[in-house]
Amino acid sequence: MGRIIDILNQDTHFCDGLNSCMNCGVCTAVCPAAEFYNYDPRVIVDTVQRGDESEIEELLKSNTIWYCGECMSCKPRCPRGNTPGEVIMALRKASIETGLFVESEKGRQQFAIKRAIADSVLGVGYCVSPDIAVPEKHPEQGPVWEWICANKEQVYERVHANYDGNGAGALRHVDEASLNELKEIFKVTGGTAFMESIEQCSKEKAAALGMDIEEYLHETYTFNSGGDGYGNNE
Amino acid sequence: MDMVTTNNRQWEKYQKEIADDRYYYARSCIRQTFFPGSEWAFIDILRNKLGKDIFDDPKHTTCTGIGYHSDVVPFQTTMTVVARHFALMTEAGYANITPSCITSFGIYTEILHAWEEHPELLERVREDLYKATKREFDVPKNLAHTSDVIYKFRNQIAMQMVHPLVDVHTGKPLRVVDHIGCHYAKMFPSKGVGGAEFPAVLSGMVDAWGGECIDYPERRHCCGFGFRNYLVQANRGYSVANSMKKLESMEPYEPDFIVTNCPGCGMFLDKWQYTISEMSGKTYGKNGYGIPVLTYEEMAGLVLGYNPWDLGLQMHQVAVEPLLDKMGIDYDPEKKYCDADGKLISLPKCPTFLKQ
Ligand code: SF4
Ligand code: SF4
Repeated sequence: MGRIIDILNQDTHFCDGLNSCMNCGVCTAVCPAAEFYNYDPRVIVDTVQRGDESEIEELLKSNTIWYCGECMSCKPRCPRGNTPGEVIMALRKASIETGLFVESEKGRQQFAIKRAIADSVLGVGYCVSPDIAVPEKHPEQGPVWEWICANKEQVYERVHANYDGNGAGALRHVDEASLNELKEIFKVTGGTAFMESIEQCSKEKAAALGMDIEEYLHETYTFNSGGDGYGNNE
Repeated sequence: MDMVTTNNRQWEKYQKEIADDRYYYARSCIRQTFFPGSEWAFIDILRNKLGKDIFDDPKHTTCTGIGYHSDVVPFQTTMTVVARHFALMTEAGYANITPSCITSFGIYTEILHAWEEHPELLERVREDLYKATKREFDVPKNLAHTSDVIYKFRNQIAMQMVHPLVDVHTGKPLRVVDHIGCHYAKMFPSKGVGGAEFPAVLSGMVDAWGGECIDYPERRHCCGFGFRNYLVQANRGYSVANSMKKLESMEPYEPDFIVTNCPGCGMFLDKWQYTISEMSGKTYGKNGYGIPVLTYEEMAGLVLGYNPWDLGLQMHQVAVEPLLDKMGIDYDPEKKYCDADGKLISLPKCPTFLKQ
Protein backbone atom coordinates (compact mmCIF):
# COMPACT_ATOMS: atom_id res chain seq x y z
CA MET A 1 0.00 0.00 0.00
CA GLY A 2 1.02 3.57 -0.48
CA ARG A 3 2.49 2.61 -3.82
CA ILE A 4 0.50 4.99 -6.03
CA ILE A 5 1.04 7.95 -3.71
CA ASP A 6 4.77 7.25 -3.86
CA ILE A 7 4.71 7.22 -7.64
CA LEU A 8 2.78 10.50 -7.65
CA ASN A 9 5.10 12.17 -5.17
CA GLN A 10 8.04 11.54 -7.48
CA ASP A 11 6.32 13.28 -10.38
CA THR A 12 7.19 16.98 -10.83
CA HIS A 13 3.80 17.59 -12.44
CA PHE A 14 2.13 16.29 -9.31
CA CYS A 15 4.36 18.23 -6.90
CA ASP A 16 4.06 21.47 -8.89
CA GLY A 17 0.36 21.01 -9.69
CA LEU A 18 -1.10 20.45 -6.23
CA ASN A 19 -0.57 22.70 -3.23
CA SER A 20 -3.71 22.73 -1.20
CA CYS A 21 -7.12 22.82 -2.82
CA MET A 22 -9.91 24.78 -1.13
CA ASN A 23 -12.65 23.23 -3.29
CA CYS A 24 -13.76 26.53 -4.77
CA GLY A 25 -14.58 25.01 -8.17
CA VAL A 26 -13.05 27.76 -10.29
CA CYS A 27 -11.13 25.15 -12.30
CA THR A 28 -14.38 23.34 -13.07
CA ALA A 29 -16.07 26.57 -14.09
CA VAL A 30 -13.49 27.33 -16.80
CA CYS A 31 -12.77 23.75 -17.86
CA PRO A 32 -13.72 22.88 -21.46
CA ALA A 33 -13.85 19.18 -20.57
CA ALA A 34 -16.25 19.82 -17.68
CA GLU A 35 -18.49 21.65 -20.09
CA PHE A 36 -19.07 18.68 -22.37
CA TYR A 37 -18.37 15.62 -20.21
CA ASN A 38 -19.53 14.54 -16.82
CA TYR A 39 -16.12 15.54 -15.54
CA ASP A 40 -15.09 17.70 -12.61
CA PRO A 41 -11.43 18.62 -12.01
CA ARG A 42 -12.26 19.95 -8.54
CA VAL A 43 -13.46 16.53 -7.44
CA ILE A 44 -10.34 14.86 -8.82
CA VAL A 45 -7.99 17.28 -7.07
CA ASP A 46 -9.93 16.85 -3.84
CA THR A 47 -9.82 13.05 -4.09
CA VAL A 48 -6.09 13.08 -4.65
CA GLN A 49 -5.55 15.60 -1.85
CA ARG A 50 -7.33 13.30 0.63
CA GLY A 51 -4.64 10.74 -0.16
CA ASP A 52 -6.78 7.60 0.17
CA GLU A 53 -4.86 4.94 -1.75
CA SER A 54 -7.90 2.89 -2.75
CA GLU A 55 -9.81 5.96 -4.00
CA ILE A 56 -6.80 6.97 -6.07
CA GLU A 57 -6.52 3.45 -7.42
CA GLU A 58 -10.18 3.67 -8.48
CA LEU A 59 -9.35 6.91 -10.30
CA LEU A 60 -6.50 5.24 -12.18
CA LYS A 61 -8.88 2.50 -13.34
CA SER A 62 -11.67 4.90 -14.33
CA ASN A 63 -12.61 6.85 -17.43
CA THR A 64 -12.59 10.03 -15.34
CA ILE A 65 -8.92 10.91 -15.60
CA TRP A 66 -8.95 10.60 -19.40
CA TYR A 67 -11.44 13.39 -20.20
CA CYS A 68 -9.11 16.35 -19.57
CA GLY A 69 -7.82 18.12 -22.70
CA GLU A 70 -4.58 19.31 -21.04
CA CYS A 71 -5.40 22.83 -22.17
CA MET A 72 -4.21 24.20 -18.80
CA SER A 73 -6.98 26.80 -18.75
CA CYS A 74 -7.28 25.91 -15.07
CA LYS A 75 -3.72 26.98 -14.30
CA PRO A 76 -3.94 30.80 -14.33
CA ARG A 77 -7.36 30.83 -12.67
CA CYS A 78 -6.84 28.68 -9.57
CA PRO A 79 -6.66 31.00 -6.54
CA ARG A 80 -4.37 28.51 -4.78
CA GLY A 81 -1.91 28.12 -7.63
CA ASN A 82 -2.87 24.52 -8.38
CA THR A 83 -2.97 23.05 -11.86
CA PRO A 84 -5.56 20.27 -12.04
CA GLY A 85 -4.37 19.53 -15.59
CA GLU A 86 -0.90 18.71 -14.26
CA VAL A 87 -2.36 16.51 -11.52
CA ILE A 88 -4.20 14.69 -14.31
CA MET A 89 -0.95 14.25 -16.25
CA ALA A 90 0.63 12.61 -13.21
CA LEU A 91 -2.42 10.37 -12.63
CA ARG A 92 -2.38 9.26 -16.27
CA LYS A 93 1.32 8.45 -16.13
CA ALA A 94 0.75 6.45 -12.95
CA SER A 95 -2.19 4.68 -14.57
CA ILE A 96 0.06 3.59 -17.42
CA GLU A 97 2.96 2.64 -15.14
CA THR A 98 0.70 0.46 -13.00
CA GLY A 99 -1.03 -1.04 -16.05
CA LEU A 100 -4.43 0.12 -14.74
CA PHE A 101 -5.18 2.20 -17.85
CA VAL A 102 -6.52 -0.86 -19.67
CA GLU A 103 -9.33 -1.16 -17.11
CA SER A 104 -11.31 1.74 -18.63
CA GLU A 105 -12.61 2.43 -22.12
CA LYS A 106 -10.96 5.85 -22.30
CA GLY A 107 -7.71 4.58 -20.79
CA ARG A 108 -7.49 1.80 -23.41
CA GLN A 109 -7.38 4.53 -26.07
CA GLN A 110 -3.73 5.10 -25.12
CA PHE A 111 -2.99 2.18 -27.40
CA ALA A 112 -4.49 3.94 -30.44
CA ILE A 113 -2.57 7.11 -29.56
CA LYS A 114 0.67 5.22 -29.05
CA ARG A 115 0.30 3.51 -32.43
CA ALA A 116 -0.49 6.78 -34.22
CA ILE A 117 1.62 9.48 -32.58
CA ALA A 118 4.49 7.81 -30.73
CA ASP A 119 5.21 5.50 -33.67
CA SER A 120 5.18 8.50 -36.02
CA VAL A 121 7.69 10.40 -33.85
CA LEU A 122 10.19 7.57 -34.12
CA GLY A 123 9.25 6.60 -37.67
CA VAL A 124 9.42 9.95 -39.46
CA GLY A 125 10.54 12.45 -36.82
CA TYR A 126 7.22 14.28 -36.56
CA CYS A 127 4.15 13.81 -34.33
CA VAL A 128 1.85 14.60 -37.23
CA SER A 129 2.48 14.48 -40.97
CA PRO A 130 0.36 14.36 -44.13
CA ASP A 131 1.12 10.65 -44.24
CA ILE A 132 -0.54 9.86 -40.91
CA ALA A 133 -3.46 12.31 -41.02
CA VAL A 134 -5.05 10.28 -43.84
CA PRO A 135 -8.58 11.26 -44.96
CA GLU A 136 -9.96 7.77 -44.23
CA LYS A 137 -9.23 8.32 -40.53
CA HIS A 138 -10.11 12.03 -40.69
CA PRO A 139 -13.35 12.47 -42.64
CA GLU A 140 -14.01 15.65 -40.61
CA GLN A 141 -11.08 17.33 -42.36
CA GLY A 142 -13.20 17.77 -45.46
CA PRO A 143 -12.74 17.72 -49.25
CA VAL A 144 -9.88 20.22 -49.48
CA TRP A 145 -7.73 18.05 -47.23
CA GLU A 146 -8.73 15.04 -49.34
CA TRP A 147 -7.59 16.96 -52.44
CA ILE A 148 -4.27 17.88 -50.76
CA CYS A 149 -3.60 14.27 -49.75
CA ALA A 150 -4.41 12.99 -53.24
CA ASN A 151 -1.98 15.52 -54.79
CA LYS A 152 0.63 15.91 -52.06
CA GLU A 153 3.71 16.43 -54.22
CA GLN A 154 2.16 19.12 -56.41
CA VAL A 155 0.28 21.00 -53.69
CA TYR A 156 3.21 21.10 -51.28
CA GLU A 157 5.62 22.14 -54.01
CA ARG A 158 3.27 24.99 -54.99
CA VAL A 159 3.37 26.41 -51.45
CA HIS A 160 7.18 26.21 -51.21
CA ALA A 161 7.38 23.13 -48.97
CA ASN A 162 10.09 20.50 -49.37
CA TYR A 163 7.83 17.45 -48.92
CA ASP A 164 9.95 14.35 -48.29
CA GLY A 165 12.98 16.15 -49.77
CA ASN A 166 16.52 16.47 -48.45
CA GLY A 167 17.80 19.61 -46.75
CA ALA A 168 15.79 22.31 -45.01
CA GLY A 169 12.19 23.44 -45.49
CA ALA A 170 8.70 22.41 -44.40
CA LEU A 171 7.98 18.65 -44.39
CA ARG A 172 11.57 17.75 -45.31
CA HIS A 173 12.60 14.13 -44.88
CA VAL A 174 14.28 13.81 -41.47
CA ASP A 175 17.67 12.19 -42.08
CA GLU A 176 18.60 8.79 -40.63
CA ALA A 177 21.21 10.20 -38.24
CA SER A 178 18.69 12.55 -36.63
CA LEU A 179 16.09 9.77 -36.39
CA ASN A 180 18.67 7.54 -34.72
CA GLU A 181 19.43 10.27 -32.20
CA LEU A 182 15.72 10.51 -31.41
CA LYS A 183 15.55 6.75 -30.90
CA GLU A 184 18.60 6.83 -28.61
CA ILE A 185 17.04 9.64 -26.57
CA PHE A 186 13.85 7.60 -26.20
CA LYS A 187 15.88 4.61 -25.03
CA VAL A 188 18.04 6.49 -22.54
CA THR A 189 15.19 8.52 -21.01
CA GLY A 190 12.62 5.77 -20.55
CA GLY A 191 10.44 6.81 -23.48
CA THR A 192 10.87 3.47 -25.24
CA ALA A 193 10.09 1.47 -22.09
CA PHE A 194 7.00 3.62 -21.49
CA MET A 195 5.73 3.01 -25.02
CA GLU A 196 6.51 -0.70 -24.77
CA SER A 197 4.53 -0.98 -21.58
CA ILE A 198 1.48 0.58 -23.31
CA GLU A 199 1.97 -1.92 -26.12
CA GLN A 200 2.41 -4.90 -23.77
CA CYS A 201 -0.52 -4.18 -21.44
CA SER A 202 -2.74 -3.57 -24.49
CA LYS A 203 -1.77 -6.88 -26.07
CA GLU A 204 -2.61 -8.68 -22.84
CA LYS A 205 -5.93 -6.87 -22.57
CA ALA A 206 -6.78 -7.64 -26.20
CA ALA A 207 -6.06 -11.34 -25.54
CA ALA A 208 -8.21 -11.27 -22.39
CA LEU A 209 -11.05 -9.76 -24.42
CA GLY A 210 -10.55 -12.35 -27.15
CA MET A 211 -9.63 -9.78 -29.81
CA ASP A 212 -6.74 -9.81 -32.23
CA ILE A 213 -4.56 -6.72 -32.00
CA GLU A 214 -5.83 -5.02 -35.18
CA GLU A 215 -9.40 -5.42 -33.98
CA TYR A 216 -8.42 -4.00 -30.58
CA LEU A 217 -6.67 -1.07 -32.29
CA HIS A 218 -9.78 -0.29 -34.31
CA GLU A 219 -11.96 -0.62 -31.22
CA THR A 220 -9.82 1.71 -29.11
CA TYR A 221 -9.73 4.28 -31.92
CA THR A 222 -13.45 4.32 -32.72
CA PHE A 223 -15.58 2.92 -29.88
CA ASN A 224 -17.52 5.31 -27.68
CA SER A 225 -20.06 3.77 -25.32
CA GLY A 226 -21.35 7.18 -24.29
CA GLY A 227 -20.37 6.48 -20.68
CA ASP A 228 -20.78 9.21 -18.09
CA GLY A 229 -17.23 9.40 -16.82
CA TYR A 230 -17.84 7.55 -13.58
CA GLY A 231 -17.56 4.05 -14.99
CA ASN A 232 -21.26 3.81 -15.74
CA ASN A 233 -22.33 3.28 -19.29
CA GLU A 234 -25.85 4.62 -18.97
CA MET B 1 -11.91 41.41 -5.47
CA ASP B 2 -10.93 44.94 -6.47
CA MET B 3 -7.32 44.06 -5.91
CA VAL B 4 -7.59 41.05 -8.14
CA THR B 5 -9.19 43.18 -10.85
CA THR B 6 -6.49 45.83 -10.52
CA ASN B 7 -3.75 43.23 -10.63
CA ASN B 8 -5.28 41.54 -13.64
CA ARG B 9 -5.52 44.80 -15.54
CA GLN B 10 -1.78 45.30 -15.16
CA TRP B 11 -1.39 42.55 -17.73
CA GLU B 12 -3.03 44.78 -20.30
CA LYS B 13 0.19 46.67 -20.88
CA TYR B 14 2.52 43.78 -20.24
CA GLN B 15 5.32 43.32 -22.79
CA LYS B 16 7.71 40.39 -22.86
CA GLU B 17 11.29 40.38 -24.03
CA ILE B 18 11.64 39.39 -27.69
CA ALA B 19 15.06 39.07 -29.35
CA ASP B 20 15.54 41.41 -32.32
CA ASP B 21 17.73 39.28 -34.59
CA ARG B 22 19.54 35.94 -35.10
CA TYR B 23 16.87 33.31 -34.53
CA TYR B 24 17.06 29.51 -34.57
CA TYR B 25 13.78 28.43 -36.17
CA ALA B 26 11.87 25.48 -34.64
CA ARG B 27 9.32 24.20 -37.14
CA SER B 28 5.94 22.80 -36.19
CA CYS B 29 4.57 19.38 -37.21
CA ILE B 30 1.08 20.81 -37.51
CA ARG B 31 1.96 24.12 -39.14
CA GLN B 32 4.16 22.53 -41.79
CA THR B 33 1.48 19.91 -42.53
CA PHE B 34 -1.53 22.21 -42.76
CA PHE B 35 0.01 25.65 -43.33
CA PRO B 36 3.41 25.14 -44.97
CA GLY B 37 2.99 28.42 -46.88
CA SER B 38 2.88 30.21 -43.52
CA GLU B 39 6.25 28.81 -42.50
CA TRP B 40 7.68 29.84 -45.87
CA ALA B 41 6.19 33.33 -45.52
CA PHE B 42 7.55 33.77 -41.99
CA ILE B 43 11.11 33.08 -43.12
CA ASP B 44 10.70 35.17 -46.26
CA ILE B 45 9.31 38.15 -44.33
CA LEU B 46 12.09 37.95 -41.78
CA ARG B 47 14.89 37.62 -44.29
CA ASN B 48 13.65 39.72 -47.19
CA LYS B 49 11.33 42.32 -45.68
CA LEU B 50 13.01 42.83 -42.30
CA GLY B 51 16.62 41.86 -43.08
CA LYS B 52 16.94 39.40 -40.20
CA ASP B 53 19.07 36.30 -39.77
CA ILE B 54 17.05 33.13 -39.21
CA PHE B 55 18.42 29.60 -39.38
CA ASP B 56 16.27 26.77 -40.78
CA ASP B 57 17.96 23.58 -39.63
CA PRO B 58 17.30 20.28 -41.49
CA LYS B 59 18.38 18.35 -38.37
CA HIS B 60 15.53 19.74 -36.27
CA THR B 61 12.66 17.33 -35.49
CA THR B 62 9.37 17.28 -33.61
CA CYS B 63 9.49 18.42 -29.97
CA THR B 64 7.23 15.38 -29.25
CA GLY B 65 4.66 17.85 -27.88
CA ILE B 66 1.54 16.11 -29.13
CA GLY B 67 2.80 12.78 -27.79
CA TYR B 68 3.68 14.43 -24.47
CA HIS B 69 0.24 16.03 -24.04
CA SER B 70 -1.53 12.87 -25.13
CA ASP B 71 0.42 10.98 -22.46
CA VAL B 72 2.41 8.55 -24.59
CA VAL B 73 5.79 10.33 -24.18
CA PRO B 74 7.18 10.98 -20.67
CA PHE B 75 8.49 14.39 -19.57
CA GLN B 76 12.12 13.27 -19.31
CA THR B 77 12.03 12.17 -22.96
CA THR B 78 10.40 15.40 -24.14
CA MET B 79 12.89 17.51 -22.17
CA THR B 80 15.81 15.64 -23.71
CA VAL B 81 14.45 15.94 -27.26
CA VAL B 82 14.06 19.68 -26.67
CA ALA B 83 17.59 19.78 -25.23
CA ARG B 84 18.79 18.31 -28.53
CA HIS B 85 17.19 21.29 -30.29
CA PHE B 86 19.06 23.58 -27.91
CA ALA B 87 22.26 21.69 -28.76
CA LEU B 88 21.64 22.15 -32.50
CA MET B 89 20.99 25.84 -31.86
CA THR B 90 24.19 26.17 -29.83
CA GLU B 91 26.26 24.33 -32.44
CA ALA B 92 24.91 26.59 -35.19
CA GLY B 93 26.01 29.65 -33.18
CA TYR B 94 22.57 30.94 -32.20
CA ALA B 95 21.17 31.82 -28.76
CA ASN B 96 17.57 32.83 -29.56
CA ILE B 97 15.01 30.18 -30.40
CA THR B 98 11.68 30.81 -32.08
CA PRO B 99 9.21 27.93 -32.31
CA SER B 100 6.37 28.10 -34.83
CA CYS B 101 3.81 26.25 -32.71
CA ILE B 102 1.98 27.05 -29.49
CA THR B 103 2.25 23.48 -28.23
CA SER B 104 6.04 23.62 -28.74
CA PHE B 105 6.24 27.10 -27.26
CA GLY B 106 4.32 25.92 -24.18
CA ILE B 107 6.63 22.95 -23.82
CA TYR B 108 9.81 25.02 -24.21
CA THR B 109 8.43 27.48 -21.65
CA GLU B 110 7.50 24.70 -19.24
CA ILE B 111 10.90 23.08 -19.58
CA LEU B 112 12.88 26.29 -19.02
CA HIS B 113 10.71 26.99 -15.98
CA ALA B 114 11.18 23.45 -14.64
CA TRP B 115 14.97 23.74 -14.99
CA GLU B 116 14.95 26.99 -13.06
CA GLU B 117 12.81 25.53 -10.29
CA HIS B 118 14.52 22.13 -10.19
CA PRO B 119 18.16 22.47 -11.34
CA GLU B 120 18.66 18.73 -10.81
CA LEU B 121 16.30 18.12 -13.75
CA LEU B 122 18.58 20.15 -16.02
CA GLU B 123 21.59 18.15 -14.87
CA ARG B 124 19.87 14.86 -15.60
CA VAL B 125 18.83 16.06 -19.04
CA ARG B 126 22.43 17.12 -19.80
CA GLU B 127 23.61 13.64 -18.83
CA ASP B 128 20.90 11.86 -20.81
CA LEU B 129 21.44 13.95 -23.92
CA TYR B 130 25.18 13.36 -23.79
CA LYS B 131 24.69 9.64 -23.28
CA ALA B 132 22.27 9.43 -26.21
CA THR B 133 23.89 11.81 -28.71
CA LYS B 134 27.22 13.13 -27.35
CA ARG B 135 25.74 16.61 -27.69
CA GLU B 136 25.97 19.50 -25.22
CA PHE B 137 23.94 22.67 -25.09
CA ASP B 138 23.45 26.17 -23.77
CA VAL B 139 20.06 27.18 -22.49
CA PRO B 140 18.65 29.76 -24.95
CA LYS B 141 18.99 33.42 -24.03
CA ASN B 142 15.64 34.25 -25.53
CA LEU B 143 12.53 32.20 -26.31
CA ALA B 144 9.89 33.89 -28.44
CA HIS B 145 7.03 32.37 -30.36
CA THR B 146 7.14 33.24 -34.08
CA SER B 147 4.07 35.46 -33.58
CA ASP B 148 5.98 37.39 -30.90
CA VAL B 149 8.61 38.14 -33.53
CA ILE B 150 6.04 39.39 -36.06
CA TYR B 151 4.40 41.40 -33.24
CA LYS B 152 7.74 42.99 -32.41
CA PHE B 153 8.17 44.17 -36.00
CA ARG B 154 4.51 45.04 -36.65
CA ASN B 155 5.27 48.71 -37.17
CA GLN B 156 8.10 48.01 -39.64
CA ILE B 157 5.68 45.75 -41.51
CA ALA B 158 3.06 48.52 -41.41
CA MET B 159 5.53 50.79 -43.19
CA GLN B 160 5.69 48.32 -46.10
CA MET B 161 1.94 47.69 -46.16
CA VAL B 162 0.31 47.11 -49.57
CA HIS B 163 -3.18 46.04 -48.40
CA PRO B 164 -4.20 47.37 -44.98
CA LEU B 165 -6.86 45.48 -43.02
CA VAL B 166 -9.56 47.77 -44.39
CA ASP B 167 -12.67 47.09 -46.45
CA VAL B 168 -11.86 48.94 -49.68
CA HIS B 169 -15.57 49.29 -50.50
CA THR B 170 -16.59 51.04 -47.26
CA GLY B 171 -13.24 52.41 -46.05
CA LYS B 172 -13.95 50.83 -42.64
CA PRO B 173 -11.46 48.70 -40.67
CA LEU B 174 -11.99 44.95 -41.05
CA ARG B 175 -13.53 43.32 -38.00
CA VAL B 176 -11.16 40.67 -36.71
CA VAL B 177 -11.54 38.07 -33.95
CA ASP B 178 -8.40 36.49 -32.58
CA HIS B 179 -7.76 33.13 -30.96
CA ILE B 180 -4.54 32.97 -28.98
CA GLY B 181 -4.25 29.27 -28.07
CA CYS B 182 -4.23 28.02 -24.48
CA HIS B 183 -0.56 27.09 -24.19
CA TYR B 184 0.68 30.53 -25.30
CA ALA B 185 0.14 32.29 -21.97
CA LYS B 186 -2.27 30.38 -19.72
CA MET B 187 0.55 28.25 -18.31
CA PHE B 188 3.07 31.07 -17.85
CA PRO B 189 1.32 34.43 -18.31
CA SER B 190 4.58 36.41 -18.11
CA LYS B 191 5.82 34.62 -21.25
CA GLY B 192 3.06 35.98 -23.48
CA VAL B 193 2.36 39.53 -24.69
CA GLY B 194 -0.60 40.71 -22.57
CA GLY B 195 -0.50 37.66 -20.28
CA ALA B 196 -3.37 35.16 -20.15
CA GLU B 197 -6.23 37.63 -19.75
CA PHE B 198 -5.34 40.44 -22.19
CA PRO B 199 -3.79 38.65 -25.14
CA ALA B 200 -2.30 41.34 -27.35
CA VAL B 201 0.09 39.47 -29.60
CA LEU B 202 -2.38 39.22 -32.49
CA SER B 203 -4.58 42.23 -31.73
CA GLY B 204 -1.39 44.36 -31.70
CA MET B 205 -0.75 43.30 -35.31
CA VAL B 206 -4.39 43.89 -36.28
CA ASP B 207 -4.30 47.42 -34.78
CA ALA B 208 -0.98 48.25 -36.44
CA TRP B 209 -2.29 47.14 -39.84
CA GLY B 210 -5.54 49.09 -39.81
CA GLY B 211 -8.06 46.48 -38.60
CA GLU B 212 -10.31 46.39 -35.56
CA CYS B 213 -10.08 43.56 -33.04
CA ILE B 214 -13.38 42.40 -31.48
CA ASP B 215 -13.35 41.14 -27.88
CA TYR B 216 -16.01 38.39 -28.16
CA PRO B 217 -17.18 36.54 -24.99
CA GLU B 218 -15.44 33.19 -25.61
CA ARG B 219 -12.23 34.75 -26.90
CA ARG B 220 -10.13 32.91 -24.30
CA HIS B 221 -11.94 29.56 -24.56
CA CYS B 222 -9.99 26.55 -25.85
CA CYS B 223 -10.40 25.66 -29.57
CA GLY B 224 -11.16 22.12 -28.45
CA PHE B 225 -8.07 20.26 -29.67
CA GLY B 226 -7.71 18.65 -26.26
CA PHE B 227 -5.01 16.30 -27.65
CA ARG B 228 -6.48 12.80 -27.04
CA ASN B 229 -9.90 14.37 -27.53
CA TYR B 230 -9.13 14.93 -31.19
CA LEU B 231 -6.50 12.27 -31.86
CA VAL B 232 -8.89 9.42 -31.05
CA GLN B 233 -11.86 9.37 -33.42
CA ALA B 234 -14.23 8.24 -30.64
CA ASN B 235 -13.58 11.49 -28.71
CA ARG B 236 -13.90 14.08 -31.46
CA GLY B 237 -17.28 15.31 -30.20
CA TYR B 238 -15.36 17.23 -27.51
CA SER B 239 -13.26 18.93 -30.11
CA VAL B 240 -16.05 20.03 -32.44
CA ALA B 241 -18.28 21.08 -29.51
CA ASN B 242 -15.64 23.46 -28.12
CA SER B 243 -14.91 24.99 -31.53
CA MET B 244 -18.65 25.39 -32.04
CA LYS B 245 -18.94 27.22 -28.72
CA LYS B 246 -16.39 29.75 -29.99
CA LEU B 247 -17.93 30.09 -33.44
CA GLU B 248 -21.39 30.67 -31.91
CA SER B 249 -19.89 33.27 -29.60
CA MET B 250 -18.17 35.25 -32.36
CA GLU B 251 -20.94 34.97 -34.98
CA PRO B 252 -23.12 37.89 -33.73
CA TYR B 253 -20.14 40.26 -34.16
CA GLU B 254 -20.01 39.44 -37.89
CA PRO B 255 -16.24 39.13 -38.07
CA ASP B 256 -14.53 39.45 -41.45
CA PHE B 257 -12.02 36.83 -40.41
CA ILE B 258 -10.49 34.87 -37.53
CA VAL B 259 -6.74 35.09 -36.89
CA THR B 260 -5.02 32.35 -34.91
CA ASN B 261 -1.73 32.07 -33.05
CA CYS B 262 -1.49 28.29 -33.02
CA PRO B 263 -1.56 26.19 -36.19
CA GLY B 264 -3.71 23.51 -34.54
CA CYS B 265 -6.38 26.00 -33.43
CA GLY B 266 -6.40 27.56 -36.90
CA MET B 267 -6.83 24.18 -38.54
CA PHE B 268 -9.73 23.25 -36.22
CA LEU B 269 -11.58 26.55 -36.52
CA ASP B 270 -11.30 26.15 -40.31
CA LYS B 271 -12.12 22.45 -40.68
CA TRP B 272 -14.82 22.23 -38.02
CA GLN B 273 -16.83 24.87 -39.87
CA TYR B 274 -17.09 22.29 -42.65
CA THR B 275 -18.01 19.49 -40.22
CA ILE B 276 -20.65 21.59 -38.46
CA SER B 277 -22.14 22.57 -41.80
CA GLU B 278 -22.34 18.92 -42.88
CA MET B 279 -23.86 17.92 -39.52
CA SER B 280 -26.44 20.67 -39.22
CA GLY B 281 -26.44 22.82 -42.34
CA LYS B 282 -25.18 25.77 -40.33
CA THR B 283 -22.63 28.20 -41.85
CA TYR B 284 -21.14 31.12 -39.92
CA GLY B 285 -20.33 33.69 -42.62
CA LYS B 286 -22.56 35.60 -45.03
CA ASN B 287 -24.38 33.97 -47.97
CA GLY B 288 -23.44 30.39 -47.18
CA TYR B 289 -19.75 31.09 -46.73
CA GLY B 290 -17.81 30.38 -43.56
CA ILE B 291 -15.70 32.83 -41.55
CA PRO B 292 -12.24 32.74 -43.15
CA VAL B 293 -9.46 31.71 -40.78
CA LEU B 294 -5.94 33.08 -41.22
CA THR B 295 -2.67 32.35 -39.51
CA TYR B 296 -0.82 35.53 -38.48
CA GLU B 297 1.79 34.80 -41.16
CA GLU B 298 -0.97 34.68 -43.77
CA MET B 299 -2.42 37.92 -42.41
CA ALA B 300 1.03 39.56 -42.54
CA GLY B 301 1.60 38.11 -46.01
CA LEU B 302 -1.65 39.54 -47.40
CA VAL B 303 -0.90 42.91 -45.82
CA LEU B 304 2.54 42.86 -47.46
CA GLY B 305 1.09 41.99 -50.88
CA TYR B 306 2.04 38.30 -51.20
CA ASN B 307 0.06 36.19 -53.68
CA PRO B 308 -2.63 34.29 -51.68
CA TRP B 309 -1.82 31.04 -53.51
CA ASP B 310 1.87 31.41 -52.55
CA LEU B 311 0.74 31.68 -48.94
CA GLY B 312 -1.26 28.45 -49.28
CA LEU B 313 -4.75 29.90 -48.79
CA GLN B 314 -6.05 27.28 -51.24
CA MET B 315 -5.31 24.68 -48.52
CA HIS B 316 -8.06 26.11 -46.29
CA GLN B 317 -11.48 24.50 -46.23
CA VAL B 318 -13.30 27.82 -45.68
CA ALA B 319 -13.05 29.95 -48.82
CA VAL B 320 -10.97 33.10 -48.33
CA GLU B 321 -12.17 34.89 -51.48
CA PRO B 322 -14.81 37.06 -49.71
CA LEU B 323 -12.00 38.45 -47.54
CA LEU B 324 -9.61 38.95 -50.49
CA ASP B 325 -12.38 40.87 -52.27
CA LYS B 326 -12.98 43.11 -49.27
CA MET B 327 -9.26 43.88 -49.05
CA GLY B 328 -9.16 44.68 -52.78
CA ILE B 329 -6.53 42.03 -53.45
CA ASP B 330 -6.02 41.29 -57.13
CA TYR B 331 -5.84 37.48 -57.30
CA ASP B 332 -6.34 35.00 -60.09
CA PRO B 333 -9.18 32.58 -59.20
CA GLU B 334 -8.12 30.30 -62.06
CA LYS B 335 -4.78 29.69 -60.37
CA LYS B 336 -6.18 28.56 -57.02
CA TYR B 337 -5.85 24.83 -57.61
CA CYS B 338 -2.79 24.93 -59.87
CA ASP B 339 0.68 23.45 -59.42
CA ALA B 340 3.97 25.34 -59.38
CA ASP B 341 3.95 25.52 -63.20
CA GLY B 342 0.48 27.07 -63.27
CA LYS B 343 -1.24 23.88 -64.54
CA LEU B 344 -4.57 22.86 -62.96
CA ILE B 345 -4.04 19.90 -60.62
CA SER B 346 -7.75 19.03 -60.17
CA LEU B 347 -10.66 20.48 -58.23
CA PRO B 348 -11.59 19.45 -54.68
CA LYS B 349 -15.12 18.20 -54.16
CA CYS B 350 -17.68 20.76 -53.01
CA PRO B 351 -19.16 20.52 -49.51
CA THR B 352 -22.94 20.12 -49.26
CA PHE B 353 -23.65 23.49 -47.66
CA LEU B 354 -20.45 25.48 -47.20
CA LYS B 355 -19.71 27.57 -50.28
CA GLN B 356 -16.28 27.05 -51.75
S1 SF4 C 1 -9.53 26.20 -8.66
FE1 SF4 C 1 -7.83 25.40 -7.41
S2 SF4 C 1 -8.50 25.60 -5.26
FE2 SF4 C 1 -10.33 25.82 -6.58
S3 SF4 C 1 -11.17 23.71 -6.69
FE3 SF4 C 1 -9.81 23.97 -8.48
S4 SF4 C 1 -7.81 23.21 -7.78
FE4 SF4 C 1 -9.06 23.54 -5.93
S1 SF4 D 1 -6.22 21.21 -18.27
FE1 SF4 D 1 -7.84 19.66 -18.07
S2 SF4 D 1 -8.76 20.09 -16.08
FE2 SF4 D 1 -7.62 21.94 -16.67
S3 SF4 D 1 -9.12 23.26 -17.73
FE3 SF4 D 1 -8.06 22.04 -19.32
S4 SF4 D 1 -9.38 20.24 -19.62
FE4 SF4 D 1 -9.98 21.17 -17.65
